[in-house]
Amino acid sequence: MSNAGTDSSTVTRFYVGFLLVTLIIAGGLSYFASSSPDGLDTVTLHGCQVVEVETGEQLNGSCIAQNTGDHIVAGSPLADYSIGGAEGTTGVAGVAGVVVTVLVAGGLFWLLRRRGSRN
Amino acid sequence: MVVAMHMSDGLVNIPTALAFAVVAVIGLGFAVTRARRDLDDRTAPMAGLVTAFVFAVQMINFPILPGASGHLLGGALVAILVGPWVGSLCITIVLVVQALLFADGGLTALGTNITNMALVGVFTGYAVAVAMRGLARRSRGGLLATAFVAAFVNTVVASLAFVVEYALGGSGGAALGTVFALMVGLHALIGLGEGLITAATVGAVASVRPDLVHLLRPTRAALDSRDPS
Repeated sequence: MSNAGTDSSTVTRFYVGFLLVTLIIAGGLSYFASSSPDGLDTVTLHGCQVVEVETGEQLNGSCIAQNTGDHIVAGSPLADYSIGGAEGTTGVAGVAGVVVTVLVAGGLFWLLRRRGSRN
Repeated sequence: MVVAMHMSDGLVNIPTALAFAVVAVIGLGFAVTRARRDLDDRTAPMAGLVTAFVFAVQMINFPILPGASGHLLGGALVAILVGPWVGSLCITIVLVVQALLFADGGLTALGTNITNMALVGVFTGYAVAVAMRGLARRSRGGLLATAFVAAFVNTVVASLAFVVEYALGGSGGAALGTVFALMVGLHALIGLGEGLITAATVGAVASVRPDLVHLLRPTRAALDSRDPS
């Protein structure tokens, strides 16, 4: 291996770049995501028609998704990848998710790591 | 706009949900003990960043058919970049954050979601990647092909894990044969997108920091056979 692996300034630059790309994806690119149901939702909705009613959406027909109810934390401020359900806040919610995820995961992996393995 | 992308509560019955919660706990128990080996001062921050990257990219649903989309699962991606044990913890953290904060993926469905994506998806992707490791080491094209194929297979096999859960304790609403055909058909298409995203990401990391790609690290056998001079 080259000595790049021991060069802490280039590895730090890589980490910063990686985090920036991640934030741009969650904060910006997320506005361009398809709103169609994903593979699993397409299967669970198969056989039903989604009809807009006053109280939200109703599933007419017969499909697997009829067995599901509201999510237990549907009232979470970040529910459905938005801030309090507000339109146009997907990117903000995404950035919040990235920050939480990197702190939780980074913290856990830092605690789990083998100490003094560097040299 | 993304709303939900993982299994909700109620798709399988409670005994099935509980059984897979036990599977998930056992699998993650192994993962935590084995992951330590792959985590040091340099790879621990990488694993944290890879986790956040998977969270971000999972938000990007891409169209596969009129009225249907897909998104990254990330199994092969994490397995190739940080190894399968750390990788299964990465995907689990993403699923827990999504379920608790974003109301995406049911709480009783966490066991099935973790089993499908963090265990089955990651280890399937890893098995394919290891089988193709010789090719991956040979050239850049080989690495990209390995990432693509591993990601495609991980997506389809993870979707089959849902079919198994539905067969064991699905709450009904569709015939098993229909669920099988639709899941595999749709996830074969999603797998192409998963393959492209995984190849692009692994290729980008390998071009600047090949030392941070777990799959490309020297194996013990390779180290032992190296000339000791």
